[in-house]
Amino acid sequence: MTDDELIWRISGGSGDGIASTSQNFAKALMRSGLNVFTHRHYPSRIRGGHTYTEVRASADPVNSRGDGYHFLLALGDSFARNPSEGAVYGNEEIKPLSENLDELREGGVIIYDEGLLDASEIPNFEERAEENDWHVFPLDLRGLARDMGREVMRNTAGVGATCAITGMELDHVEDLMRDAMPEKILDPNLEILETAYEQVQEEYDVDAPDVSVPTGEHDETQLLMSGSDAISYGAIDEGCRFISGYPMTPWTEVFTIMTKNLPKLGGISEQVEDEIAAAALAVGASHAGVKAMSGSSGGGFALMSEPLGLAEMTETPVVLVEAMRAGPSTGMPTKPEQSDLEHVLYTSQGDSQRVVLAPGTVEEAYEQSRLAFRLAYGYQIPTILLYDQKLGGEMTNVPKSHFDRAANPDLGKTLSEDALSEQPHSDDGKFHRFQPEVDDGVSPRSIPGQKGGRFLATGNEHDPTGHISESPDNRVAQIDRRAEKLAAIRDDLDTVDTGSYAGPEDAEYGILTFGSQQGTVEEAVGRLNDAGVSVKSYGVSDMLPFPTEQVRAFIESVDEVLVVEMTASGQFRGLVQKNLGQYGEKLSSLLKYNGNPFEPAEIVDGFETAIVEGDGDAPGHQTTFVPAAGD
Amino acid sequence: MSTFSAIGEEREIDRDEYTPGVEPQPTWCPGCGDFSVLKALKQALPEVGRTPEETLLCTGIGCSGKLNSYLDTYGFHTIHGRSLPVARAAKLANPDLEVIAAGGDGDGYGIGGNHFIHTARENHDMTYIVFNNEIFGLTKGQTSPTSPKGHKSKTQPHGSAKEPIKPLSMSLNAGASYVARTAAVNPNQAKEIIAEAIEHDGFAHVDFLTQCPTWNKDARQYVPYIDVNDSDDYEFDMTDRVEAQEMMRTTEEALYEGEVLTGRFYVDEDRPSYGEEKRSIGEMPEEPLAERYWDDDYEWERSHDMFLDKHA
Repeated sequence: MTDDELIWRISGGSGDGIASTSQNFAKALMRSGLNVFTHRHYPSRIRGGHTYTEVRASADPVNSRGDGYHFLLALGDSFARNPSEGAVYGNEEIKPLSENLDELREGGVIIYDEGLLDASEIPNFEERAEENDWHVFPLDLRGLARDMGREVMRNTAGVGATCAITGMELDHVEDLMRDAMPEKILDPNLEILETAYEQVQEEYDVDAPDVSVPTGEHDETQLLMSGSDAISYGAIDEGCRFISGYPMTPWTEVFTIMTKNLPKLGGISEQVEDEIAAAALAVGASHAGVKAMSGSSGGGFALMSEPLGLAEMTETPVVLVEAMRAGPSTGMPTKPEQSDLEHVLYTSQGDSQRVVLAPGTVEEAYEQSRLAFRLAYGYQIPTILLYDQKLGGEMTNVPKSHFDRAANPDLGKTLSEDALSEQPHSDDGKFHRFQPEVDDGVSPRSIPGQKGGRFLATGNEHDPTGHISESPDNRVAQIDRRAEKLAAIRDDLDTVDTGSYAGPEDAEYGILTFGSQQGTVEEAVGRLNDAGVSVKSYGVSDMLPFPTEQVRAFIESVDEVLVVEMTASGQFRGLVQKNLGQYGEKLSSLLKYNGNPFEPAEIVDGFETAIVEGDGDAPGHQTTFVPAAGD
Repeated sequence: MSTFSAIGEEREIDRDEYTPGVEPQPTWCPGCGDFSVLKALKQALPEVGRTPEETLLCTGIGCSGKLNSYLDTYGFHTIHGRSLPVARAAKLANPDLEVIAAGGDGDGYGIGGNHFIHTARENHDMTYIVFNNEIFGLTKGQTSPTSPKGHKSKTQPHGSAKEPIKPLSMSLNAGASYVARTAAVNPNQAKEIIAEAIEHDGFAHVDFLTQCPTWNKDARQYVPYIDVNDSDDYEFDMTDRVEAQEMMRTTEEALYEGEVLTGRFYVDEDRPSYGEEKRSIGEMPEEPLAERYWDDDYEWERSHDMFLDKHA
């Protein structure tokens, strides 16, 4: 646990502006020189329902949500449902204050809007506050906002009060408000911010709580960015100028960011009738010579199985992104999970061939979005970027210089008309688009409209010109050539090394994870080593083709391995064993599937209980331990 | 040499250019109406001056999907029901391509019905030919979306309880700006209608009655046919949506009474194509996007220069 940090939670109703307020606060902290990381929790509801965002800030790097929180700003829920007793939702009005209150750390601060919330509805509130040494500030934020502007501006009043108690200067918050707000609402908001700040300073002993904003300094320009932002910018920098999609949480974020930006780049975005069409359009655009992408979340991605297979068989380059949420079926639409791993690896008929990458951090999301395009177009193969609601929505600061790289609009092995004339053709002039004997299995392609490039793309097995063929010799030659591409991609990925490693190289134990849990695992590894447990971690990004040798070397180098993932059935552990064919006795699992991502302490406790002490589930957590085979 | 020099090339085109060397003779059954679609295309394409390499033909799955094997152009033989989304994206990526999509009645009005409605609604500048034989041929004679009510087959042993799809009406209501029906038994009209459809600037839907003598009706059952544009018995204005709708309804019902009505039913020359609509709101570049990737002078934009400062 870092002492010199602040975890600030703002809670309220879905639709009350919690997300934008927290984003501005996070940016203000970043501008003040701190590293920040946000965690977003919201219900699958149209309006209303308890929602919160945590902003963690520290002078040291932060790459997870952290454990619990120090500071609660509880606003009202304007859309709360208050049905009769016994109804499924219960009385919701009090939830911004009552939910997860036990996670507030000892000595923590509570500001709540007494204009909307009545603390006496919470059983033993005062006793609990006393026991935990919480400092409680009941403030009429709604009243203040109403008097000086409009009720909805109570978020601003809450931020002003937060600054007063944590000793944060208002400058950065004010600058951001000036950037973001139109004049009409700016002035009352500024007034509310300052009044709340001053009132709290005058009326309360703000020095009593030992909770303050740390100080830090950045030596270069930082950007506050989410995984969805990073994926989108990676696509743009690879020359992607076509996206097609259908809205679905949480993939909609990438779709929206791309749709907003593409017209400024002379690109095209298409919202279409369903996800079958969405993926088919991306395939059609790519076939006609444009760098194209589509994407969805679990249920929508299921509809893309057919066009995905078509892209594999026709060797049409395309990038699909899959933003996982809790399944099966509609599952929990706004909650993260990693349980679409097997779906994305195996969906669509036949011995299908694709690349699947699962970035672990916002920075990796940018890099691997670019990598996905490079592999898709370089090897004429669909490439899927697999991430989840957690990585897509969480925001953290990344140095601007990370993005200062050349654009890459390269279409891969695509021939000009001059080059086409040198290529093999049939007697009738048809271009041999699918030549069996080529380097890395990648046969160069032509684009419709080019002279001398005429060929047939088909989902049927086909001969070198694309003509449908069921000849056994041709079948084997084409299948083998397409398989060669994956071997070549594995070699290529070995030179990139997308893996992320933490902890001492000669550690006794290991933790394996993939995708968005990487940052949390790495924080846990740091704490375990501080506590004298010798452990290292490996965050794997290449799901397919799998880095078998690297994972084997990692497992071989330690006594025992804990596999950490947000699935109920241990899909990633299964993937490791499928690829390695052994080590069942060495791998155990720590799983979480309650809709919330791991906190570092859950991994620390889980590891200590399960591996070091060797006796089952960690107490007090909603995680599940699955022992190694034979244990 | 430009990037896509096959596009806009002015030259005499021989219809044999569209015949592939590898499989010049189609494997459709003797007497199949599909031969007439192939023939109409081979006549119409040279007539309107579209060469094999500036044409992209996208097909679905079924007997009709084999068209790609017998018409030698750039081709994309897609999957069942999905020719339209592939085709319309290719048109957006490169509006200079001549894009034609084709499939059967099961492909277009059944499994791909959603794509048909939305592609018509968007009025993409392309031609869509539906081989309508009122049956599933390739899978051996099952009831299709255009089979008449009461049609008996191994999958509808008691006779279909469903009214057939009304393809012309559906197309009009969805937003197609050119709707016609022709028949394999009338090759001259078929060629003319296909040529018009290709020339039309918008979504041109041709419901092509292709007899299936193996599993359904033979050619004789589509004779005599009546061209509603030439017949004194039918007076309507094909630019008038209401009159067109009534004529379509009459035609759709008549088919199941044994009367074959064909011709142009609806033509709207004024409605802008989807590409024009997209360009007019700044959502599509003036120059074909596909060409940009070959322009050595183009300065590719970077997120670093354009979008990142708002995150600082």
